[in-house]
Amino acid sequence: MENTVLTVEGFSACFGDQKILHNVDLTVQKNVVAALMGPSGCGKTTLIRCINRMHELIPGASVSGKMSLLNEDIYAMQPIILRRKVGMVFQKPNPFPTMSIYENVVAGYKLNGIKMPKSEMDGIVEQSLRKAALWNEVKDTLHRKGTFLSGGQQQRLCIARALAMNPEIILFDEPTSALDPKSTAQIEELFVELKKSVTMLLVTHNIGQAARVSDFTAFIYLGKLIEFGPTEKMFTVPKDKLTEEYLTGKFG
Amino acid sequence: MIRQSKKLTRHIDRSERAFTFILTLSGGFIVLLLLGVLGTLFINAIPAIREFGVFFFIARTWNAASETFGALPFLVGTLATSFLALLISIPFSIAISLLLGEYYKNGVVSGFLRSAVEVLAGIPSVIYGLWGLFLLMPGVRFIEMQIGVAPQGVGILTSSLILAIMIIPFSASIGREVITLVPGDLKEAAYSLGATRFEVIRNIVIPYARSGIIAGILLALGRAIGETMAVTMLIGNSNFLPTSIFSPANTMASVIANEFAEATGVTSASLIYVALVLFFVTIIVNIAGAYVIQKLSIESSREVT
Repeated sequence: MENTVLTVEGFSACFGDQKILHNVDLTVQKNVVAALMGPSGCGKTTLIRCINRMHELIPGASVSGKMSLLNEDIYAMQPIILRRKVGMVFQKPNPFPTMSIYENVVAGYKLNGIKMPKSEMDGIVEQSLRKAALWNEVKDTLHRKGTFLSGGQQQRLCIARALAMNPEIILFDEPTSALDPKSTAQIEELFVELKKSVTMLLVTHNIGQAARVSDFTAFIYLGKLIEFGPTEKMFTVPKDKLTEEYLTGKFG
Repeated sequence: MIRQSKKLTRHIDRSERAFTFILTLSGGFIVLLLLGVLGTLFINAIPAIREFGVFFFIARTWNAASETFGALPFLVGTLATSFLALLISIPFSIAISLLLGEYYKNGVVSGFLRSAVEVLAGIPSVIYGLWGLFLLMPGVRFIEMQIGVAPQGVGILTSSLILAIMIIPFSASIGREVITLVPGDLKEAAYSLGATRFEVIRNIVIPYARSGIIAGILLALGRAIGETMAVTMLIGNSNFLPTSIFSPANTMASVIANEFAEATGVTSASLIYVALVLFFVTIIVNIAGAYVIQKLSIESSREVT
């Protein structure tokens, strides 16, 4: 399938002797929002951190199985190169406090020492901020520190920062759990817009959010992928009994 | 019931005020001490102040025989040794801070290195002075012979080297602390954009910890300016204005330590006047340091809602 962005096959992950993920299989198509939902501690965050190999920053982490990005084996790539193709947005908005809004957007280029003419950089900044629906709010204050923005704006700045690198896929690690309802709604609207240009993998423990924004949903429980399929189908006729119990609030 | 609670309130009120009073008293005592030191120095320096005026600190002759005194050679000696020491120490202390704050945060290596740094900070300065006499002096003399300078082995360079070694533990331990305080989520954000460890350190860790690192360096500078014993042993005790970094010289602290015991009359008052100058130099460095730290501080600008 040429439309496949990410495939995960028989993937397991451990921290020390604690097994976090068991034999996960997952396929994500181009230009969709795929949600990973499940109760806290089920391994959904670990799964996305294995996709950009951020788990390797923690000593004692080990993985087995296969993951590929556009048919290229993730674990055969240089992590540095991989992470330029896989964007990430974190739970807590984390713009770089030492940089202006402008510098934050192009931080990926600056960090990697990529030089380009100023006009091109200006273009990237404007385009990324427009995509992140932040341009109109910050276009006159581009050279102020990003930390003066509101929480929701900061998170959209972080989305712009990820978009600026033109990634194949963006991983969202519960991006709205630190935000107020209004900012959350703005970011959820943004997903629908962004789907046109980028593939997104969204970790959430908010069932409603998964239902509202995603095209496909995976339900993960105790490190196992219980069910994966089109969101509409899963929320109306879940195949697995566990999924049904989770969706109806029997546990969580 | 109401009356009782009023009584209770009054009681709490009284103990509250007593506590505040004790705190205020202790605080006031500190200020009093400062003024006391300043006052004592000033009163005892009066004969020299009368004689040589306020431009004492830029007068370049110090001659006990003719009783002509000026503090410039010592002011230059102090500033030259301190800043040179600072320059020498900065790369080392930043390297140690990064190693302990970023690479070896926990574990055996970290524990060992950290205690080594702490022990270095606690060694009495006379021991550093002795060590310098045995090791640095011949070393510097060797260099001087190689480049054709009078081989004395003692002087500004030798003192700066020993000062650098003495102040590294101070700036390094503060540097380590501020580097460990750099939030993990910022580093992760940088890694997720494809940065290497070096790029994360250069672009995220150091800018974030900058004000703290500079604070550590300035604290070290304060210590270097006032350091007496080791410098006295290694600077060569010359009262002439130094002409190069190999010149023997004297710092304000070392000239006082060297000459005060035998000084009388206006010589003694002049040495106290030197102490007064040293006092002000230290205060200026402290105020400048606080200002720089405040200017550079970014903690206040990072408010995540």
